[in-house]
Amino acid sequence: MAERYDVLVIGSGPAGLTAAHAAARHGARVGLVDAQALPGGQVWRHDVRFSAPAFARRCMQATLEHIKIDWLPQTRVVGAEPGRLLVEDPRSARWLKYGALVLATGAREVLLPFPGWTLPGVTGAGGLQALAKQGWPLAGKRVVVAGSGPLLLAAAATARRHGARVLAVFEQADRAAMLRFTRGLWRWPARVMQAAVLRAQLAGVPYHFGSVVTAAQGEDALREIEVSGPRGQRRIACDQLAVGFGLAPNVELACMLGCQLEAEGAQQRVRVDARQHTSVPGVYAAGEVCGIGGRDSALIEGAIAGLAATGARTGIASLQRRRAQARAFARQLRETFAIDQRVRALAQPDTLVCRCEDVTLGALDAHVDARGAKLATRCGMGPCQGRICATALAELGRAAGIAARPPLFPARLETLALAPADGIAASLAT
Amino acid sequence: MTHSYDLIVVGAGIIGAACADVASAEGLKVAIVESGAIGAGVTAAGMGHLVAVDGLPAELALARYSLGLWEDLRDLPGGEFSRCGTLWFARDEHELARIPDKLARLRAAGAVAEAVDAAQLRELEPALSPGLAGGVLVPDEAVVYPPVMARRLVERACRRRATLIHARAIALGEHAVTLDDGQRLLGNVLIATGGALQALLPELLIHLRKGHLLITERYPNMLHHQLVHMGYTDSAHGQSDSVACNVQPRPTGQLLVGSSREYGVSDSEISLPMLRRMLRCAFQFLPSLRQLKALRAWAGLRPASIDGLPYIGRVAQRRGIWVAAGHEGLGVTTAPGTARLLVDQLLARTPAIDARPYDPMRAAA
Ligand SMILES: Cc1cc2nc3c(=O)[nH]c(=O)nc-3n(C[C@H](O)[C@H](O)[C@H](O)COP(=O)(O)OP(=O)(O)OC[C@H]3O[C@@H](n4cnc5c(N)ncnc54)[C@H](O)[C@@H]3O)c2cc1C
Ligand SMILES: Cc1cc2nc3c(=O)[nH]c(=O)nc-3n(C[C@H](O)[C@H](O)[C@H](O)COP(=O)(O)OP(=O)(O)OC[C@H]3O[C@@H](n4cnc5c(N)ncnc54)[C@H](O)[C@@H]3O)c2cc1C
Repeated sequence: MAERYDVLVIGSGPAGLTAAHAAARHGARVGLVDAQALPGGQVWRHDVRFSAPAFARRCMQATLEHIKIDWLPQTRVVGAEPGRLLVEDPRSARWLKYGALVLATGAREVLLPFPGWTLPGVTGAGGLQALAKQGWPLAGKRVVVAGSGPLLLAAAATARRHGARVLAVFEQADRAAMLRFTRGLWRWPARVMQAAVLRAQLAGVPYHFGSVVTAAQGEDALREIEVSGPRGQRRIACDQLAVGFGLAPNVELACMLGCQLEAEGAQQRVRVDARQHTSVPGVYAAGEVCGIGGRDSALIEGAIAGLAATGARTGIASLQRRRAQARAFARQLRETFAIDQRVRALAQPDTLVCRCEDVTLGALDAHVDARGAKLATRCGMGPCQGRICATALAELGRAAGIAARPPLFPARLETLALAPADGIAASLAT
Repeated sequence: MTHSYDLIVVGAGIIGAACADVASAEGLKVAIVESGAIGAGVTAAGMGHLVAVDGLPAELALARYSLGLWEDLRDLPGGEFSRCGTLWFARDEHELARIPDKLARLRAAGAVAEAVDAAQLRELEPALSPGLAGGVLVPDEAVVYPPVMARRLVERACRRRATLIHARAIALGEHAVTLDDGQRLLGNVLIATGGALQALLPELLIHLRKGHLLITERYPNMLHHQLVHMGYTDSAHGQSDSVACNVQPRPTGQLLVGSSREYGVSDSEISLPMLRRMLRCAFQFLPSLRQLKALRAWAGLRPASIDGLPYIGRVAQRRGIWVAAGHEGLGVTTAPGTARLLVDQLLARTPAIDARPYDPMRAAA
């Protein structure tokens, strides 16, 4: 038979961790599921060399060691029926039943195509961070970080900590927008501290505004980039380029469950009420999946969702006030780092858009609508199931639907053949 | 505004696309009216197996006629025509006993088909489970990528001056059709709107039969032929929900796993219970499928007529209105033959095969 949890939490980033903890403290039996082997989500992704900040460690420990919480690592949700989810881990598949569900599936990077973006040596900003934390050798490498938003600084700091020579950070937002933003920062003193710490870690690294990497060049790997800034064009030789243009909520699971979505810029987020309740009874959502808000919103919303999912009435109001503040900060960030039209125009007709199926932007131009383009070119039909290209195309103003059918991730056929009455099925796969 | 044409094709699925292609090749002035993207209806949901199914004689005749015509279409770019052949397999002695009749029917219809015994079956497809009784190999059959084939046929028609109009047909008149953008087009009107047929021709009954498919990641050389269980024909012609093992190697190395049939459902959401049934059925014959990774699953609605044969021809009681729809699970295969039959009738020529079994009159009665 399927295992049953009072509260099932999907995602173990800050939002999922606090949701699980709050629900367990309120007496619920909790299942905490994540596709990754270790908890922490994006911001507290495990680093092979450096331990996480003390606060993060406490947060993860308190949750994983809680007697009422089952930690289910390397487990992906691939399908759903009312009241239960089909999950797969490397060795087995099972159905998990729940009383209430908290979706804390976070966000992914928006990778916008530009000439050369698929060359080895070019990654997303968060992608570079993840590589560094996995122990990928960066020592002595010449690294350039570009794109938009505070994630660039975090990525640059991580790369530097892992021995990279960070040549520069190029931010597309202009200096005036940044100044307006910093003038308003006094309202969020904790943020001033965070920014100051990051800047200190990046001492000596030039931070250029109004600058965009227009192309990456090299034969089989990156050798050089072209940058366009307020003082014209220039070329920089480098080994590694990390480009990040913000984040997009991972709404696929919510969408499959029938939760109402709403627009956040060109992307979609899950619509929730003041108690983090989605439009589907018993289903809550918290953190980046409800709109990009950063770590602090995620922590607060997770706690609200965890409490609400257990039916708690108290303890929520004060959290709601803190959430409003954290979300206000996120809105400021969004305005400051809104993507410039110039960036959207970087991709050329021969630039790849869908790297799984090798489809260029020009190949899509021949089609009047997204569905026709997909059928004719296979754009979005590869292993990433459109997560990369559809996100980018939405940002470029070309509507692309959200794929929300089972399997949500590539899954073994035997997993999809598992019935709720079957219990756990061990896989024969090696 | 009004424009007149020799033939106005409503619907650019594989059926409408093939009709527009043949009509324009005959020098007719053609318009194609499609409200969505070309080939994005059930044509995009199908398996694209070009196969002679021998359940009903008239179905077999149309399929065989069409397979001959597909030989002229196989080089259309991007259509992924791949001649993998069809391997029908029999589970046991009981199914094996049906093989001589099947061979005789296929051969009488002009197909090359040969019996294979249990050992040959294993040699042809080592991934099949041991213990199967034997089968029938039809080496000339093929698979295609239907939405691109439909698009290429429409493009070819447009190069012969056919006009493609992005609009929805909302009403029929005598030799006339009105579109939702206000245009009225005059001429013979061919309704090739698949499962939406009854919106324009309520007198021609269409049932939707939902079918699921699943595609895997790439596993090149795991299978070599389109594999179909002998029981497939029973599933295709049965009247209750059923599944049958039907697995296809795509030219990309991916495997397409089918198929199911459900009645009385009109949404194309994935039903996990049906997907489970379909997969378990496939595992019986191909146990190694279990460990493969599924990339995606989907469902489509086959447009079925009252008796398993498509409606092709003039619509009774209406002037200048024609139909080509209701091809159920075989419309990709039978599109070229359908187009030829329809255009021959339009031009008052004698078709190459007997057109009477497909006469829409039978449904209006
Ligand atoms: C690549 C990247 C790097 C980032 N780096 C930083 C940084 O350095 N500093 C910073 O302040 N912010 C960073 N962020 C922003 C980050 O989104 C937030 O700070 C914070 O991590 C959000 O927390 P969350 O709990 O909402 O989601 P996340 O931390 O994103 O956690 C979501 C978790 O859900 C899991 N998941 C999703 N779908 C499924 C499923 N179907 N089945 C099972 N598990 C699933 C994921 O594996 C993930 O662990 C980064 C974001 C990204 C995308
Ligand atoms: C799971 C599954 C597997 C299959 N496998 C195979 C196979 O292996 N081999 C095979 O031969 N067949 C197969 N089929 C069947 C095949 O897909 C169909 O028979 C065929 O695609 C029908 O084509 P059509 O052009 O009639 O319909 P459609 O492709 O649906 O085309 C109808 C078109 O009309 C348009 N339209 C509708 N109403 C209007 C209007 N009022 N105005 C303008 N446009 C309109 C629609 O947008 C649509 O594009 C399969 C089907 C399914 C579901």
